Amino acid sequence: MISIVDITKTYEKGKITALSSINLTVNQGELFGLIGPDGAGKTSLIRIIASLLKPDAGSVSVFEYDTQKEYQQVRNSIGYMPGRFSLYQDLSVEENLNFFANVFRVDVEQNYHLISELYDQLAPFKDRRAGKLSGGMKQKLALCCALIHEPRLLLLDEPTTGVDPVSRNEFWYMLLKLKKRGITILVSTPYMDEASLCDRVALMQSGTILDQGTPSDICKQSGLVLYSIDSNQSFHLMQAIKEYTNTNTCYAFGSSLHINLKDNEIEGLMSYLSAKGFSGLDYIMIDPGIEDVFMEKLNQVA
Amino acid sequence: MVIKEFKHVLRDQRSLFFLLAQPVMMILLFGFALSNEVKETKIIVVDHARDEISKTLINRFEQNVYFRIIDIVPDESMADDIFKKGLAKLIIVIPANIADDIKHQYKSIVQLIADASDPNTAAIVSTYAGAVFRDYQNELLGLVKMPYEIKVEQRMLYNPQLISAYNFVPGVLTLIMMILGAMMTSVAIVREKELGTMEVLLASPIHPLQIVLSKAVPYLALAFITEIIILILSVFVLNVPIRGSLFLLLAESILFISTTLALGLLISSSTNQQQVAMFISLVGLMLPSLIFSGFMFPIENMPLPLKTISNIVPTKWYYNIVRAIMVKGLGIESIWKETLILATMTLVLTGIAIKKFKVHLE
Amino acid sequence: MNAIVVNNLTKTFGSFMAVDHISFHVTKGEVFGFLGANGAGKTTAMRMLCGLLKPSSGEGRVAGFNIDTESEEIKKHIGYMSQKFSLYNNLTIRENIRFYGGLYDIPKKELKQKTDELVEQLGLTSYTDKLVQSLPLGWKQKLAFSVAIQHSPEIVFLDEPTGGVDPITRRQFWDMIYETAHNGLTVFVTTHYMDEAEYCHRVSIMVDGKIAALDTPNELKKIFETENMDGVFRKLARRAKRNE
Repeated sequence: MISIVDITKTYEKGKITALSSINLTVNQGELFGLIGPDGAGKTSLIRIIASLLKPDAGSVSVFEYDTQKEYQQVRNSIGYMPGRFSLYQDLSVEENLNFFANVFRVDVEQNYHLISELYDQLAPFKDRRAGKLSGGMKQKLALCCALIHEPRLLLLDEPTTGVDPVSRNEFWYMLLKLKKRGITILVSTPYMDEASLCDRVALMQSGTILDQGTPSDICKQSGLVLYSIDSNQSFHLMQAIKEYTNTNTCYAFGSSLHINLKDNEIEGLMSYLSAKGFSGLDYIMIDPGIEDVFMEKLNQVA
Repeated sequence: MVIKEFKHVLRDQRSLFFLLAQPVMMILLFGFALSNEVKETKIIVVDHARDEISKTLINRFEQNVYFRIIDIVPDESMADDIFKKGLAKLIIVIPANIADDIKHQYKSIVQLIADASDPNTAAIVSTYAGAVFRDYQNELLGLVKMPYEIKVEQRMLYNPQLISAYNFVPGVLTLIMMILGAMMTSVAIVREKELGTMEVLLASPIHPLQIVLSKAVPYLALAFITEIIILILSVFVLNVPIRGSLFLLLAESILFISTTLALGLLISSSTNQQQVAMFISLVGLMLPSLIFSGFMFPIENMPLPLKTISNIVPTKWYYNIVRAIMVKGLGIESIWKETLILATMTLVLTGIAIKKFKVHLE
Repeated sequence: MNAIVVNNLTKTFGSFMAVDHISFHVTKGEVFGFLGANGAGKTTAMRMLCGLLKPSSGEGRVAGFNIDTESEEIKKHIGYMSQKFSLYNNLTIRENIRFYGGLYDIPKKELKQKTDELVEQLGLTSYTDKLVQSLPLGWKQKLAFSVAIQHSPEIVFLDEPTGGVDPITRRQFWDMIYETAHNGLTVFVTTHYMDEAEYCHRVSIMVDGKIAALDTPNELKKIFETENMDGVFRKLARRAKRNE
């Protein structure tokens, strides 16, 4: 469906490298996630796929169409949602939807079934100006507008950024439903926890791909051995663990600490902590999650 | 798409008001304020002669609605004082031997001393005064006194560029078309880019040119409506008639609107920020257009290099065309050359604009 | 001593009550998490506390100053940093520090010394005269935080400071927060990362303009019978009516 070969993209005459020899494929019917922080190159990559940007080197094909030479064909069959700024603030909810339907030459009524679940929540506000909707609602409307013409491929650039966790959850729930209808979806997000909801992901940082594959494969193949200790919100505990000679990394994850040791001798750590005066501590071994792996890869690169 | 663009324009009520109110205000303000200025100019007469002829002349000035004699003095020094205080704009000095000179030498020199700290008024007032003298002169020569109609004609021919409703209305038309066509359109296109919605449109099946053209349509309509409003105001409020064919005028206007739209499109292709688009439109486009159009400064008085520049400024041609039709009442036979030039410019500009239009981001 | 005290604070815009009679306090040196869904009234409340917006009714004191009548004093005693607004991209690091130092009336001699210290602490000495835009986002945010507190305010307000930042830098940022809180700085922070909510001493969650819950993370998890703050948030937010 999407084939990305050796894509490189720079800005300001080569001073800023956004993407560096990226190779990626997205299969039909997949929910694929580009996971990475700001500056990773996600937006640039999505724009190149949407044929809106020309890469410095490499080629991309979408449904067998080359995005540079056959861009109009690509544009005819994709739905693109560039995140927060894709609606007309001074048009109403209904007007926005009608407009985009028109742009894609489809009939809203005919295709309503595609967006009914989403739009039903918006329908009571159909005459409200889009600028006056809450963040979560705007995202829903933007998604409707991108879907109304039944695209084969949906490109969503950070659709959940800045949205609260509950709305984020709802949004992903909708994406999974869309996937069931056979639409291929490419999403970018800085939230590591959303990676596990995708079929396959690519972890990106500073224009390169750290790793790609199914989330579980990535985690299993990382070879990362992690132990988790309840932090009890103790800043001192974390300091102590970091000072321990055998500690590789110690990261806070909510109320627990994920620790990786150079020799994986957890008992050594526990004795050390005991000696330091920390009592009642217990550990468990855990499987690394995407965020753990991401940080591990970042450290490897550094 | 076009419908959406109309909605955008109509909902932006602040801008809309500004756009429509401006020409109306301009016309009313200048039209009325100016038309009062030239009447009842205060003058002083220094009458050295104090004879029949000087008395007749003074009488003429007294009866002339454009002048008001505030004092008649026997010599300059007394005039000087009044003048310095700014109480009068013009001193007319009638020489002592005027009667004699005219009878025997068939000529005489009358001095007009004008307060040129306000050069425009000074120029007009001097010319009016000159006209009075010429009238009298012609009388002496035995010519029949000119009928009222021709007097009016003279006035038109003598008026320098700025202060005359006849020149003003074409000037306003030109200016407004420029603003609407070039500036507003380019800003509207760039706004779409700035907001981010342009991305989504580009990534859709719509041809990019469609996007742009649909932006132009509401402004075209707006420009047309504004033009009609200006024309109505000119004819009924300022008494500036449209001597030539209204149809021709409107047709030429549509041509010029297209020119400005092409310019607007060009501007929008060169920036992604609204402020920059506005800046380029104002400083880069409108200012030179105004200066070189002949509206504010007579082109004939410009040095050669500037004169040449004015030939490539589309406003100059449109301004001339409008004046030709409105003021002189000429038809297509007289202005086909200018029309052709304007049309060619439009085509060239449109071509360049289309080429420069970016189908991709960046 | 309370760094922030709020009593029945309310803000209405026309007929819409954005903030509905909220009351709470924040003790000195506390890291206080201020959570809520978009539209719940968080931003409005924060603006009032920063002296940027006048309340419609109710009262509040920040660093001892009245938020209604002494807003200018408040601004001098607080630091502020947000995701969108932090540093000027086309100025160098040094210039940014100097600028903000000047805003808060830090004397010039002191400023020079502070600049050097600050930059060294962050390990950015070699970048001091480079433009901020050349820094990766994570560094920028850390620098912005340091700049926000360089004038030694009593309280610092952080508005989603770690949005879009990579996971390692996020944690380093929180390390910085902890250290400064340890030194007596009160931190008032909003975030959408639920794991960060766990790092706070106490957390409040706003729903429909009211404070629906306020307690330590552990207590909240007990009360709502969930394993983590994410669960707490979900249970509360689901009750929200202001979902448009």
